[in-house]
Amino acid sequence: MNAEQQAASSQQPTMPVVDALKVLIQQIPDDWIVVTNQSSARTWPKLVQRKLDLHYNPSTMGGAVPLALGLAIAQPEREVLCITGDGALLINLGSLVTVGAVNPKNLTVIVLENGIYEVTGGQETPGPAALIEFGKLAESTGFETIAEYHSLRDWTRQAHEFLLETTGPRFACLAVDQTPPEYLKSPTPPMAEQLARLRAALS
Amino acid sequence: MFTGPEIASLLIDLGFTHVVWVPDTAIGPWEEALEAAEQLQLVRVCREGEAWPLAAGLLLGGKQPLVVMQTTGLYESGDALRNVLYDLKLPLFALIGVRNWLVPESRDSAKTFAEPVVQAWQLNAVWLNSAADKPKLAEHVRRCRAENIAGVAMLAEGAP
Repeated sequence: MNAEQQAASSQQPTMPVVDALKVLIQQIPDDWIVVTNQSSARTWPKLVQRKLDLHYNPSTMGGAVPLALGLAIAQPEREVLCITGDGALLINLGSLVTVGAVNPKNLTVIVLENGIYEVTGGQETPGPAALIEFGKLAESTGFETIAEYHSLRDWTRQAHEFLLETTGPRFACLAVDQTPPEYLKSPTPPMAEQLARLRAALS
Repeated sequence: MFTGPEIASLLIDLGFTHVVWVPDTAIGPWEEALEAAEQLQLVRVCREGEAWPLAAGLLLGGKQPLVVMQTTGLYESGDALRNVLYDLKLPLFALIGVRNWLVPESRDSAKTFAEPVVQAWQLNAVWLNSAADKPKLAEHVRRCRAENIAGVAMLAEGAP
């Protein structure tokens, strides 16, 4: 990253990621399916336990959006929320195009943007240097509702409207700080347990 | 080996609900028949690594997806396959077109590595080498369903 890019990137205000997730938890109804991934898969279960959560870890990197899309297609009567990181999305940007092609009204994708590969220790993604505008990417692929939040105040004020009063598929980029280390050390619940619980909740 | 109407009819008989695919020149001609089949939904993905988790979501949501791609896509999507078949232990079924398998003189590396990769990933595979093998597809699908395990059918193709 050159000096100009570094300056532009560092000037972006961010919000505490745990607080950003707490806003989501406060707003989403109990009947929403939630797919978390990477660092959010470690943080979310420390904040809340829901029957319709799937903490996708171990995962294939970049697989959260396609997995959530599959759930959204299969369960059209339910809303599906996918929380992914910017590094994971960058490795599978085409998944946004696939969402746009399917155009599921019941899918919301939230990207936690911090510019680093958090679970591997915080190495930079190519994203900050490229100054990626995820919202514009999502808009160009056909997402109906696009939003970007840099402050916790704005996110808190507007999350309800974004999540519950707009048309899907929805995409929001939340500019966030690094996840506190104590959250990243948390193990996700065993996958077999999670899948059994999710299947029971969906049946 | 299969015509479009033939494969669409067979997939419907087998209870598949979705075909998640990246087609190749041998499989691509099925598109019209797959799209015309009301009981099947065709889901186009941008790369094969998307197909496995997308199919996983469909399966978890109660649907019966079939993953379709060429061997080159199998190689590309190895980590996604590893995750959904071995981490998530989901009983997905896939149909993989094996490019140049029917061309004895072919030195295509996509052909060379087909068998070793199937073995390396420990895939529960059946090989469809000629029209006489067509019934093996349905037999393998039914056997995998009965045992609730994943499976693949390797479909021999000629030159692209």
